[in-house]
Amino acid sequence: MSNIAIDLTGVSKSYDDKVVVDGLSFTVAAGECFGLLGPNGAGKSTITRMVLGMAPPDAGKITVLGMPVPARARLARGRIGVVPQFDNLEHAFTVRENLLVFGRYFGMSRSEIEAAIPTLLEFARLESKADARVNTLSGGMKRRLTLARALINDPQLLVLDEPTTGLDPHARHLIWERLRLLLARGKTIILTTHFMEEAERLCDRLCVLDGGRIIAEGRPHALIEEQIGCPVLEIYGGNPRELRALINPYAERIEVSGETVFCYASDPEQVRVQLRGRADLRVLQRPPNLEDVFLRLTGRDMEN
Amino acid sequence: MVEGWAAAMPANAWNWIAVWRRNYLAWKKIAIAAILGNLADPLIYLFALGFGLGIMVGPVDGASYIAFLAAGMVAASAMTSATFETIYAAFGRMHSQRSWEAILCTQLTLGDIILGELAWAATKAFLAGTAIMVVASILGYTAWPSALYALPVVVLTGFAFASLAMVVMALAPSYDYFIFYQTLVLTPMLFLGGAVFPVSQLPSAFQQVGRFLPLAHSVDLLRPALLGRPGESVGLHIGALCVYTVLPFFLSAALLRRRLMP
Repeated sequence: MSNIAIDLTGVSKSYDDKVVVDGLSFTVAAGECFGLLGPNGAGKSTITRMVLGMAPPDAGKITVLGMPVPARARLARGRIGVVPQFDNLEHAFTVRENLLVFGRYFGMSRSEIEAAIPTLLEFARLESKADARVNTLSGGMKRRLTLARALINDPQLLVLDEPTTGLDPHARHLIWERLRLLLARGKTIILTTHFMEEAERLCDRLCVLDGGRIIAEGRPHALIEEQIGCPVLEIYGGNPRELRALINPYAERIEVSGETVFCYASDPEQVRVQLRGRADLRVLQRPPNLEDVFLRLTGRDMEN
Repeated sequence: MVEGWAAAMPANAWNWIAVWRRNYLAWKKIAIAAILGNLADPLIYLFALGFGLGIMVGPVDGASYIAFLAAGMVAASAMTSATFETIYAAFGRMHSQRSWEAILCTQLTLGDIILGELAWAATKAFLAGTAIMVVASILGYTAWPSALYALPVVVLTGFAFASLAMVVMALAPSYDYFIFYQTLVLTPMLFLGGAVFPVSQLPSAFQQVGRFLPLAHSVDLLRPALLGRPGESVGLHIGALCVYTVLPFFLSAALLRRRLMP
Protein backbone atom coordinates (compact mmCIF):
# COMPACT_ATOMS: atom_id res chain seq x y z
CA MET A 1 0.00 0.00 0.00
CA SER A 2 2.81 2.40 0.83
CA ASN A 3 4.02 2.60 -2.77
CA ILE A 4 0.62 3.74 -4.06
CA ALA A 5 -0.01 7.44 -3.55
CA ILE A 6 -3.41 7.78 -5.20
CA ASP A 7 -5.92 5.15 -6.18
CA LEU A 8 -9.22 5.89 -7.91
CA THR A 9 -11.63 3.07 -8.67
CA GLY A 10 -14.77 3.63 -10.72
CA VAL A 11 -15.15 7.26 -9.67
CA SER A 12 -18.06 9.23 -11.10
CA LYS A 13 -19.30 12.75 -10.52
CA SER A 14 -22.16 14.69 -12.06
CA TYR A 15 -23.24 18.29 -11.65
CA ASP A 16 -26.86 19.08 -12.54
CA ASP A 17 -27.22 15.86 -14.54
CA LYS A 18 -24.07 16.64 -16.50
CA VAL A 19 -21.54 13.85 -16.13
CA VAL A 20 -18.18 15.47 -15.40
CA VAL A 21 -16.22 12.38 -14.35
CA ASP A 22 -17.40 9.07 -15.71
CA GLY A 23 -16.29 5.81 -14.07
CA LEU A 24 -12.68 6.86 -13.79
CA SER A 25 -9.96 4.54 -12.46
CA PHE A 26 -6.24 5.18 -12.21
CA THR A 27 -3.35 4.66 -9.83
CA VAL A 28 -0.44 6.96 -9.08
CA ALA A 29 2.67 5.31 -7.65
CA ALA A 30 4.70 7.02 -4.93
CA GLY A 31 7.50 9.14 -6.36
CA GLU A 32 5.99 9.43 -9.80
CA CYS A 33 4.70 12.43 -11.71
CA PHE A 34 1.28 11.66 -13.10
CA GLY A 35 -0.40 13.99 -15.58
CA LEU A 36 -4.09 14.57 -16.24
CA LEU A 37 -4.23 15.96 -19.72
CA GLY A 38 -7.25 17.24 -21.51
CA PRO A 39 -9.16 20.23 -22.82
CA ASN A 40 -11.04 22.63 -20.59
CA GLY A 41 -14.08 20.89 -19.21
CA ALA A 42 -12.58 17.41 -19.45
CA GLY A 43 -12.94 16.94 -15.69
CA LYS A 44 -9.34 17.61 -14.62
CA SER A 45 -10.08 20.13 -11.88
CA THR A 46 -13.01 18.09 -10.59
CA ILE A 47 -10.68 15.10 -10.20
CA THR A 48 -8.16 17.14 -8.20
CA ARG A 49 -10.96 18.49 -6.00
CA MET A 50 -12.16 14.95 -5.35
CA VAL A 51 -8.63 13.80 -4.50
CA LEU A 52 -8.46 16.61 -1.92
CA GLY A 53 -11.84 15.66 -0.45
CA MET A 54 -13.39 18.95 -1.55
CA ALA A 55 -16.00 17.27 -3.73
CA PRO A 56 -17.54 13.95 -2.71
CA PRO A 57 -17.75 11.43 -5.58
CA ASP A 58 -21.22 10.16 -6.55
CA ALA A 59 -19.79 6.66 -6.98
CA GLY A 60 -16.48 4.86 -6.68
CA LYS A 61 -13.64 4.74 -4.22
CA ILE A 62 -10.75 7.14 -3.66
CA THR A 63 -7.67 6.37 -1.56
CA VAL A 64 -4.97 8.99 -1.07
CA LEU A 65 -1.75 8.18 0.82
CA GLY A 66 -3.45 5.11 2.20
CA MET A 67 -6.44 7.04 3.55
CA PRO A 68 -10.01 6.84 2.27
CA VAL A 69 -11.19 10.15 0.82
CA PRO A 70 -13.36 12.09 1.55
CA ALA A 71 -13.85 10.24 4.87
CA ARG A 72 -10.31 10.99 6.10
CA ALA A 73 -9.49 13.79 3.69
CA ARG A 74 -8.47 16.16 6.45
CA LEU A 75 -5.73 13.81 7.60
CA ALA A 76 -4.65 13.14 4.03
CA ARG A 77 -4.43 16.89 3.33
CA GLY A 78 -1.91 17.18 6.15
CA ARG A 79 0.52 15.35 3.86
CA ILE A 80 -0.51 17.05 0.62
CA GLY A 81 0.59 20.37 -0.89
CA VAL A 82 -1.68 22.11 -3.36
CA VAL A 83 -0.96 24.62 -6.13
CA PRO A 84 -4.39 25.80 -7.27
CA GLN A 85 -5.31 26.92 -10.74
CA PHE A 86 -6.25 30.43 -9.58
CA ASP A 87 -4.02 32.58 -7.42
CA ASN A 88 -5.29 32.58 -3.84
CA LEU A 89 -2.32 34.12 -2.07
CA GLU A 90 -2.92 36.83 0.53
CA HIS A 91 -2.16 39.90 -1.54
CA ALA A 92 -2.00 42.40 1.31
CA PHE A 93 0.51 40.22 3.18
CA THR A 94 4.24 39.91 2.64
CA VAL A 95 5.82 36.76 1.27
CA ARG A 96 6.91 35.75 4.77
CA GLU A 97 3.47 36.45 6.26
CA ASN A 98 1.85 34.28 3.61
CA LEU A 99 4.00 31.35 4.66
CA LEU A 100 3.45 32.04 8.36
CA VAL A 101 -0.33 32.25 8.07
CA PHE A 102 -0.50 29.15 5.89
CA GLY A 103 1.72 27.10 8.20
CA ARG A 104 -0.72 27.79 11.04
CA TYR A 105 -3.48 26.15 9.01
CA PHE A 106 -1.47 22.95 9.42
CA GLY A 107 -1.19 23.44 13.16
CA MET A 108 2.49 24.40 12.95
CA SER A 109 3.96 26.59 15.67
CA ARG A 110 5.58 29.91 14.85
CA SER A 111 9.06 28.51 15.52
CA GLU A 112 8.45 25.49 13.27
CA ILE A 113 7.28 27.76 10.48
CA GLU A 114 10.13 30.21 10.91
CA ALA A 115 12.60 27.36 10.78
CA ALA A 116 11.13 26.24 7.45
CA ILE A 117 10.86 29.66 5.81
CA PRO A 118 14.52 30.23 4.72
CA THR A 119 14.66 26.89 2.88
CA LEU A 120 11.32 27.55 1.20
CA LEU A 121 12.35 31.05 0.10
CA GLU A 122 15.57 29.69 -1.29
CA PHE A 123 13.71 26.95 -3.12
CA ALA A 124 11.31 29.50 -4.62
CA ARG A 125 14.19 31.91 -5.38
CA LEU A 126 12.43 34.58 -3.36
CA GLU A 127 15.13 35.22 -0.72
CA SER A 128 15.30 38.90 -1.59
CA LYS A 129 11.50 39.25 -1.57
CA ALA A 130 10.79 37.92 1.93
CA ASP A 131 9.34 41.21 3.14
CA ALA A 132 7.77 42.34 -0.12
CA ARG A 133 4.00 42.43 -0.35
CA VAL A 134 2.53 39.85 -2.70
CA ASN A 135 0.82 42.45 -4.88
CA THR A 136 4.26 43.80 -5.84
CA LEU A 137 5.43 40.41 -7.19
CA SER A 138 5.46 39.30 -10.83
CA GLY A 139 3.23 36.46 -12.00
CA GLY A 140 6.13 34.01 -11.98
CA MET A 141 7.14 35.00 -8.46
CA LYS A 142 3.58 34.63 -7.22
CA ARG A 143 3.41 31.15 -8.66
CA ARG A 144 6.74 30.22 -7.07
CA LEU A 145 5.46 31.54 -3.76
CA THR A 146 2.33 29.41 -4.19
CA LEU A 147 4.61 26.42 -4.74
CA ALA A 148 6.69 27.30 -1.66
CA ARG A 149 3.47 27.68 0.33
CA ALA A 150 2.37 24.23 -0.82
CA LEU A 151 5.60 22.82 0.66
CA ILE A 152 5.21 24.39 4.12
CA ASN A 153 3.92 21.14 5.62
CA ASP A 154 6.66 19.07 3.93
CA PRO A 155 4.07 17.11 1.92
CA GLN A 156 4.61 13.70 0.34
CA LEU A 157 2.17 14.45 -2.45
CA LEU A 158 1.77 17.60 -4.52
CA VAL A 159 -1.46 18.35 -6.36
CA LEU A 160 -0.84 20.92 -9.08
CA ASP A 161 -3.79 22.30 -11.01
CA GLU A 162 -2.45 23.94 -14.18
CA PRO A 163 0.68 25.18 -12.41
CA THR A 164 2.07 27.23 -15.30
CA THR A 165 -1.07 28.54 -16.99
CA GLY A 166 -0.70 32.25 -17.66
CA LEU A 167 3.07 32.38 -17.13
CA ASP A 168 5.62 33.56 -19.67
CA PRO A 169 8.04 30.94 -21.06
CA HIS A 170 10.91 31.92 -18.79
CA ALA A 171 8.79 31.72 -15.65
CA ARG A 172 7.32 28.45 -16.86
CA HIS A 173 10.74 26.86 -17.35
CA LEU A 174 11.77 27.95 -13.86
CA ILE A 175 8.68 26.26 -12.38
CA TRP A 176 9.39 23.08 -14.36
CA GLU A 177 12.95 23.02 -13.11
CA ARG A 178 11.73 23.42 -9.49
CA LEU A 179 9.21 20.62 -9.98
CA ARG A 180 11.86 18.27 -11.34
CA LEU A 181 13.92 19.01 -8.24
CA LEU A 182 10.97 17.99 -6.07
CA LEU A 183 10.58 14.76 -8.03
CA ALA A 184 14.26 14.07 -7.55
CA ARG A 185 13.66 14.44 -3.81
CA GLY A 186 11.08 11.68 -4.00
CA LYS A 187 7.84 13.71 -3.91
CA THR A 188 4.82 12.40 -5.77
CA ILE A 189 3.15 14.84 -8.14
CA ILE A 190 -0.27 14.79 -9.77
CA LEU A 191 -0.57 17.53 -12.31
CA THR A 192 -3.34 18.78 -14.55
CA THR A 193 -2.41 20.68 -17.66
CA HIS A 194 -3.44 21.45 -21.17
CA PHE A 195 0.14 22.09 -22.24
CA MET A 196 1.48 18.99 -23.91
CA GLU A 197 5.01 20.29 -23.58
CA GLU A 198 4.59 20.49 -19.82
CA ALA A 199 3.23 16.95 -19.71
CA GLU A 200 5.99 15.59 -21.95
CA ARG A 201 8.72 17.21 -19.89
CA LEU A 202 7.50 16.37 -16.42
CA CYS A 203 5.22 13.36 -16.42
CA ASP A 204 6.36 9.79 -15.98
CA ARG A 205 2.88 8.70 -16.91
CA LEU A 206 -0.23 10.49 -17.96
CA CYS A 207 -3.77 9.96 -18.98
CA VAL A 208 -5.62 11.86 -21.64
CA LEU A 209 -9.14 12.78 -20.58
CA ASP A 210 -12.12 13.73 -22.62
CA GLY A 211 -15.64 14.10 -21.31
CA GLY A 212 -14.60 12.76 -17.90
CA ARG A 213 -13.22 9.54 -19.31
CA ILE A 214 -9.71 8.27 -19.93
CA ILE A 215 -9.14 7.90 -23.63
CA ALA A 216 -5.45 6.96 -23.40
CA GLU A 217 -2.99 6.23 -20.66
CA GLY A 218 0.73 5.53 -20.52
CA ARG A 219 4.20 6.99 -20.65
CA PRO A 220 4.32 10.10 -22.85
CA HIS A 221 6.76 8.74 -25.38
CA ALA A 222 5.16 5.33 -25.47
CA LEU A 223 1.79 6.97 -26.09
CA ILE A 224 3.18 9.06 -28.91
CA GLU A 225 4.93 6.07 -30.44
CA GLU A 226 1.89 3.84 -30.12
CA GLN A 227 -0.70 6.36 -31.33
CA ILE A 228 1.32 8.20 -34.00
CA GLY A 229 4.73 6.64 -34.55
CA CYS A 230 5.76 8.74 -37.54
CA PRO A 231 6.81 12.31 -38.34
CA VAL A 232 4.19 15.00 -38.76
CA LEU A 233 3.82 17.63 -41.45
CA GLU A 234 1.81 20.70 -40.55
CA ILE A 235 0.53 22.44 -43.65
CA TYR A 236 -1.03 25.90 -43.47
CA GLY A 237 -2.41 28.19 -46.10
CA GLY A 238 -4.26 26.10 -48.64
CA ASN A 239 -7.76 24.71 -48.91
CA PRO A 240 -7.74 21.81 -46.45
CA ARG A 241 -10.09 19.65 -48.53
CA GLU A 242 -8.07 20.07 -51.69
CA LEU A 243 -4.83 19.38 -49.84
CA ARG A 244 -6.25 16.26 -48.30
CA ALA A 245 -7.10 14.85 -51.71
CA LEU A 246 -3.67 15.70 -53.02
CA ILE A 247 -1.56 14.09 -50.33
CA ASN A 248 -3.89 11.34 -49.17
CA PRO A 249 -2.13 8.52 -51.06
CA TYR A 250 1.18 9.28 -49.34
CA ALA A 251 0.00 9.73 -45.78
CA GLU A 252 -0.86 7.24 -43.08
CA ARG A 253 -3.46 9.59 -41.73
CA ILE A 254 -4.63 13.16 -42.13
CA GLU A 255 -6.35 15.38 -39.58
CA VAL A 256 -7.69 18.85 -40.18
CA SER A 257 -7.89 21.26 -37.29
CA GLY A 258 -9.03 24.76 -38.16
CA GLU A 259 -6.99 25.85 -41.17
CA THR A 260 -4.13 23.46 -40.47
CA VAL A 261 -3.71 20.09 -42.11
CA PHE A 262 -1.82 17.56 -40.00
CA CYS A 263 -0.31 14.89 -42.18
CA TYR A 264 1.14 11.78 -40.53
CA ALA A 265 3.54 10.13 -42.95
CA SER A 266 6.33 7.63 -42.39
CA ASP A 267 7.94 9.00 -45.54
CA PRO A 268 7.32 12.74 -45.35
CA GLU A 269 9.59 13.40 -48.33
CA GLN A 270 6.98 11.93 -50.67
CA VAL A 271 4.37 14.34 -49.36
CA ARG A 272 6.74 17.28 -49.72
CA VAL A 273 7.29 16.37 -53.35
CA GLN A 274 3.56 16.73 -53.97
CA LEU A 275 3.54 20.17 -52.43
CA ARG A 276 6.65 21.44 -54.19
CA GLY A 277 6.15 24.74 -55.97
CA ARG A 278 3.07 25.72 -53.94
CA ALA A 279 4.17 29.17 -52.76
CA ASP A 280 0.88 29.68 -50.90
CA LEU A 281 1.63 26.90 -48.43
CA ARG A 282 3.79 26.79 -45.36
CA VAL A 283 5.00 23.34 -44.43
CA LEU A 284 6.52 22.41 -41.09
CA GLN A 285 7.96 19.00 -40.39
CA ARG A 286 8.34 17.92 -36.76
CA PRO A 287 8.39 14.85 -34.54
CA PRO A 288 4.99 13.78 -33.22
CA ASN A 289 3.85 15.02 -29.82
CA LEU A 290 1.02 14.59 -27.36
CA GLU A 291 -1.10 17.16 -29.13
CA ASP A 292 -1.16 14.78 -32.10
CA VAL A 293 -2.21 11.96 -29.80
CA PHE A 294 -5.03 14.07 -28.48
CA LEU A 295 -6.08 15.17 -31.94
CA ARG A 296 -6.09 11.60 -33.13
CA LEU A 297 -8.11 10.34 -30.18
CA THR A 298 -10.70 13.09 -30.06
CA GLY A 299 -10.51 14.78 -33.45
CA ARG A 300 -10.07 18.09 -31.65
CA ASP A 301 -7.12 20.09 -30.48
CA MET A 302 -6.31 20.42 -26.82
CA GLU A 303 -6.98 24.12 -26.37
CA ASN A 304 -10.62 23.81 -27.34
CA MET B 1 -23.87 11.72 4.63
CA VAL B 2 -21.79 11.60 7.78
CA GLU B 3 -18.53 12.30 5.95
CA GLY B 4 -19.90 15.44 4.37
CA TRP B 5 -21.03 16.73 7.72
CA ALA B 6 -17.60 16.17 9.21
CA ALA B 7 -16.13 18.47 6.57
CA ALA B 8 -18.62 21.21 7.41
CA MET B 9 -18.08 21.05 11.18
CA PRO B 10 -15.07 22.29 13.14
CA ALA B 11 -12.42 19.56 13.35
CA ASN B 12 -11.48 20.46 16.92
CA ALA B 13 -11.78 23.24 19.48
CA TRP B 14 -8.71 25.24 18.41
CA ASN B 15 -8.31 25.09 14.60
CA TRP B 16 -10.44 28.24 14.21
CA ILE B 17 -7.74 30.29 15.94
CA ALA B 18 -5.55 30.12 12.81
CA VAL B 19 -8.36 31.79 10.82
CA TRP B 20 -8.89 34.40 13.52
CA ARG B 21 -5.17 35.19 13.54
CA ARG B 22 -5.12 35.55 9.75
CA ASN B 23 -7.86 38.17 10.01
CA TYR B 24 -6.19 39.85 12.94
CA LEU B 25 -2.95 40.18 10.95
CA ALA B 26 -4.82 41.74 8.03
CA TRP B 27 -6.71 44.09 10.39
CA LYS B 28 -3.53 45.18 12.20
CA LYS B 29 -2.26 46.66 8.95
CA ILE B 30 -5.23 49.01 8.72
CA ALA B 31 -6.22 49.17 12.39
CA ILE B 32 -6.37 52.92 12.89
CA ALA B 33 -8.55 53.58 9.87
CA ALA B 34 -10.70 50.59 10.79
CA ILE B 35 -11.25 51.75 14.37
CA LEU B 36 -12.08 55.32 13.35
CA GLY B 37 -14.45 54.07 10.66
CA ASN B 38 -16.17 51.76 13.11
CA LEU B 39 -16.51 54.38 15.81
CA ALA B 40 -17.48 57.45 13.87
CA ASP B 41 -20.93 56.37 12.80
CA PRO B 42 -22.41 55.23 16.13
CA LEU B 43 -20.79 58.13 18.01
CA ILE B 44 -22.33 60.63 15.62
CA TYR B 45 -25.71 59.03 16.21
CA LEU B 46 -25.18 58.98 19.95
CA PHE B 47 -24.33 62.67 20.19
CA ALA B 48 -26.62 63.97 17.47
CA LEU B 49 -29.67 62.11 18.74
CA GLY B 50 -28.64 62.25 22.38
CA PHE B 51 -28.16 65.99 22.55
CA GLY B 52 -30.33 67.15 19.67
CA LEU B 53 -33.33 64.95 20.30
CA GLY B 54 -32.61 64.59 24.01
CA ILE B 55 -33.46 68.25 24.67
CA MET B 56 -36.92 67.74 23.22
CA VAL B 57 -37.80 64.34 24.66
CA GLY B 58 -36.59 64.78 28.20
CA PRO B 59 -35.94 61.78 30.47
CA VAL B 60 -36.82 58.35 29.08
CA ASP B 61 -37.53 55.44 31.44
CA GLY B 62 -36.11 57.52 34.25
CA ALA B 63 -32.78 58.25 32.59
CA SER B 64 -31.53 61.10 30.40
CA TYR B 65 -32.22 60.31 26.75
CA ILE B 66 -28.51 60.10 25.90
CA ALA B 67 -27.90 57.61 28.72
CA PHE B 68 -30.91 55.63 27.50
CA LEU B 69 -29.61 55.76 23.95
CA ALA B 70 -26.06 54.72 24.89
CA ALA B 71 -27.05 51.07 25.45
CA GLY B 72 -28.96 51.06 22.16
CA MET B 73 -25.96 52.41 20.30
CA VAL B 74 -23.63 49.84 21.90
CA ALA B 75 -25.97 47.04 20.78
CA ALA B 76 -26.50 48.57 17.35
CA SER B 77 -22.79 49.03 16.72
CA ALA B 78 -22.11 45.43 17.76
CA MET B 79 -24.86 44.39 15.35
CA THR B 80 -23.59 46.40 12.40
CA SER B 81 -19.90 45.69 12.85
CA ALA B 82 -20.43 41.92 13.18
CA THR B 83 -22.81 41.95 10.22
CA PHE B 84 -20.63 44.05 7.94
CA GLU B 85 -17.51 42.08 8.81
CA THR B 86 -19.34 38.95 7.71
CA ILE B 87 -21.32 40.04 4.67
CA TYR B 88 -18.59 42.22 3.19
CA ALA B 89 -15.18 41.18 4.50
CA ALA B 90 -15.73 37.44 5.02
CA PHE B 91 -17.75 37.22 1.82
CA GLY B 92 -14.80 38.79 0.02
CA ARG B 93 -12.44 36.26 1.54
CA MET B 94 -14.72 33.45 0.40
CA HIS B 95 -15.77 34.83 -2.98
CA SER B 96 -13.22 37.09 -4.67
CA GLN B 97 -10.00 36.72 -2.65
CA ARG B 98 -10.32 32.91 -2.57
CA SER B 99 -8.73 32.77 0.90
CA TRP B 100 -11.22 30.13 1.99
CA GLU B 101 -10.35 28.01 -1.01
CA ALA B 102 -6.69 28.09 0.02
CA ILE B 103 -7.60 27.17 3.60
CA LEU B 104 -9.78 24.26 2.46
CA CYS B 105 -6.60 22.68 1.02
CA THR B 106 -5.07 22.51 4.51
CA GLN B 107 -5.91 20.63 7.69
CA LEU B 108 -8.74 23.03 8.48
CA THR B 109 -12.34 22.17 7.68
CA LEU B 110 -15.09 24.44 6.44
CA GLY B 111 -16.48 24.43 9.98
CA ASP B 112 -13.14 25.69 11.34
CA ILE B 113 -13.23 28.55 8.83
CA ILE B 114 -16.81 29.51 9.70
CA LEU B 115 -16.07 29.42 13.42
CA GLY B 116 -12.91 31.49 12.96
CA GLU B 117 -14.81 34.07 10.92
CA LEU B 118 -17.60 34.25 13.53
CA ALA B 119 -15.08 34.68 16.33
CA TRP B 120 -13.35 37.42 14.35
CA ALA B 121 -16.62 39.23 13.61
CA ALA B 122 -17.54 38.98 17.32
CA THR B 123 -14.12 40.46 18.13
CA LYS B 124 -14.82 43.40 15.84
CA ALA B 125 -18.24 43.81 17.46
CA PHE B 126 -16.59 43.78 20.87
CA LEU B 127 -14.14 46.50 19.82
CA ALA B 128 -16.88 48.67 18.36
CA GLY B 129 -19.31 48.21 21.26
CA THR B 130 -16.64 48.68 23.92
CA ALA B 131 -15.32 51.85 22.31
CA ILE B 132 -18.77 53.47 22.54
CA MET B 133 -19.12 52.31 26.11
CA VAL B 134 -15.78 53.88 26.96
CA VAL B 135 -16.78 57.21 25.43
CA ALA B 136 -20.19 57.12 27.13
CA SER B 137 -18.53 56.24 30.44
CA ILE B 138 -15.99 59.05 30.23
CA LEU B 139 -18.88 61.45 29.73
CA GLY B 140 -20.61 59.96 32.74
CA TYR B 141 -23.58 58.31 31.04
CA THR B 142 -22.93 54.80 32.32
CA ALA B 143 -22.99 53.23 35.76
CA TRP B 144 -19.90 51.46 37.08
CA PRO B 145 -19.03 48.73 37.76
CA SER B 146 -22.29 47.22 36.48
CA ALA B 147 -21.33 48.36 32.95
CA LEU B 148 -18.74 45.56 32.99
CA TYR B 149 -21.60 43.08 32.68
CA ALA B 150 -22.19 44.56 29.27
CA LEU B 151 -18.88 43.30 27.88
CA PRO B 152 -19.78 39.60 27.50
CA VAL B 153 -23.21 40.64 26.19
CA VAL B 154 -21.55 42.67 23.43
CA VAL B 155 -19.48 39.60 22.45
CA LEU B 156 -22.57 37.39 22.41
CA THR B 157 -24.44 39.99 20.34
CA GLY B 158 -21.53 39.96 17.90
CA PHE B 159 -21.66 36.17 17.61
CA ALA B 160 -25.43 36.16 17.05
CA PHE B 161 -25.35 38.77 14.29
CA ALA B 162 -22.25 37.29 12.66
CA SER B 163 -23.95 33.91 12.61
CA LEU B 164 -27.13 35.33 11.07
CA ALA B 165 -25.07 37.24 8.51
CA MET B 166 -23.20 34.02 7.66
CA VAL B 167 -26.50 32.52 6.48
CA VAL B 168 -27.22 35.60 4.38
CA MET B 169 -23.70 35.45 2.95
CA ALA B 170 -23.99 31.75 2.17
CA LEU B 171 -27.09 32.44 0.07
CA ALA B 172 -25.98 35.64 -1.68
CA PRO B 173 -24.74 35.28 -5.25
CA SER B 174 -22.93 38.64 -5.06
CA TYR B 175 -22.43 41.76 -2.95
CA ASP B 176 -25.49 43.38 -4.52
CA TYR B 177 -27.88 41.30 -2.46
CA PHE B 178 -26.65 42.46 0.93
CA ILE B 179 -28.43 45.78 0.67
CA PHE B 180 -31.73 43.93 1.10
CA TYR B 181 -30.59 42.45 4.37
CA GLN B 182 -29.44 45.86 5.57
CA THR B 183 -32.57 47.80 4.62
CA LEU B 184 -35.21 45.16 5.18
CA VAL B 185 -33.83 43.45 8.28
CA LEU B 186 -31.22 45.50 10.14
CA THR B 187 -32.71 48.98 9.83
CA PRO B 188 -36.21 47.96 11.02
CA MET B 189 -34.58 45.96 13.80
CA LEU B 190 -32.85 49.09 15.05
CA PHE B 191 -36.28 50.63 15.76
CA LEU B 192 -38.30 47.54 16.64
CA GLY B 193 -35.56 46.28 18.95
CA GLY B 194 -35.77 49.27 21.29
CA ALA B 195 -32.33 50.67 20.53
CA VAL B 196 -33.40 54.31 19.98
CA PHE B 197 -36.71 54.57 21.83
CA PRO B 198 -38.66 52.39 24.28
CA VAL B 199 -40.57 49.60 22.53
CA SER B 200 -43.63 50.58 24.57
CA GLN B 201 -44.07 53.51 22.15
CA LEU B 202 -44.93 51.07 19.36
CA PRO B 203 -48.33 49.60 18.46
CA SER B 204 -48.71 46.30 20.25
CA ALA B 205 -48.39 44.18 17.10
CA PHE B 206 -44.93 45.65 16.50
CA GLN B 207 -44.07 45.17 20.14
CA GLN B 208 -44.87 41.47 19.80
CA VAL B 209 -42.61 41.14 16.77
CA GLY B 210 -39.90 43.21 18.39
CA ARG B 211 -39.67 40.94 21.41
CA PHE B 212 -38.29 38.11 19.30
CA LEU B 213 -35.58 40.10 17.56
CA PRO B 214 -31.98 39.39 18.58
CA LEU B 215 -31.28 43.10 18.96
CA ALA B 216 -34.14 43.41 21.49
CA HIS B 217 -32.60 40.67 23.64
CA SER B 218 -29.24 42.39 23.44
CA VAL B 219 -30.70 45.81 24.35
CA ASP B 220 -32.69 44.31 27.23
CA LEU B 221 -29.45 42.96 28.67
CA LEU B 222 -27.28 45.99 27.95
CA ARG B 223 -29.55 48.81 29.09
CA PRO B 224 -29.93 47.72 32.74
CA ALA B 225 -26.20 47.00 32.90
CA LEU B 226 -25.22 50.41 31.59
CA LEU B 227 -27.81 52.27 33.67
CA GLY B 228 -26.91 50.32 36.81
CA ARG B 229 -30.34 48.74 37.20
CA PRO B 230 -31.19 45.11 37.93
CA GLY B 231 -31.74 43.09 34.76
CA GLU B 232 -34.96 41.22 34.04
CA SER B 233 -35.22 37.74 32.49
CA VAL B 234 -31.45 37.69 32.01
CA GLY B 235 -31.36 33.94 31.42
CA LEU B 236 -34.04 34.16 28.75
CA HIS B 237 -32.26 36.90 26.84
CA ILE B 238 -28.89 35.15 27.01
CA GLY B 239 -30.54 31.91 25.92
CA ALA B 240 -32.22 33.63 22.98
CA LEU B 241 -28.92 35.14 21.80
CA CYS B 242 -27.30 31.70 22.09
CA VAL B 243 -30.06 30.22 19.92
CA TYR B 244 -29.51 33.03 17.39
CA THR B 245 -25.84 32.06 17.37
CA VAL B 246 -26.02 28.28 17.23
CA LEU B 247 -28.88 27.59 14.81
CA PRO B 248 -27.64 29.92 12.05
CA PHE B 249 -24.16 28.47 12.51
CA PHE B 250 -25.38 24.99 11.58
CA LEU B 251 -27.57 26.32 8.80
CA SER B 252 -24.74 28.37 7.29
CA ALA B 253 -22.38 25.36 7.53
CA ALA B 254 -24.87 23.25 5.57
CA LEU B 255 -25.43 25.98 2.98
CA LEU B 256 -21.75 26.73 2.55
CA ARG B 257 -20.89 23.07 2.19
CA ARG B 258 -23.33 22.87 -0.70
CA ARG B 259 -21.92 26.03 -2.18
CA LEU B 260 -18.18 25.39 -1.80
CA MET B 261 -17.85 21.62 -1.74
CA PRO B 262 -20.46 20.44 -4.25
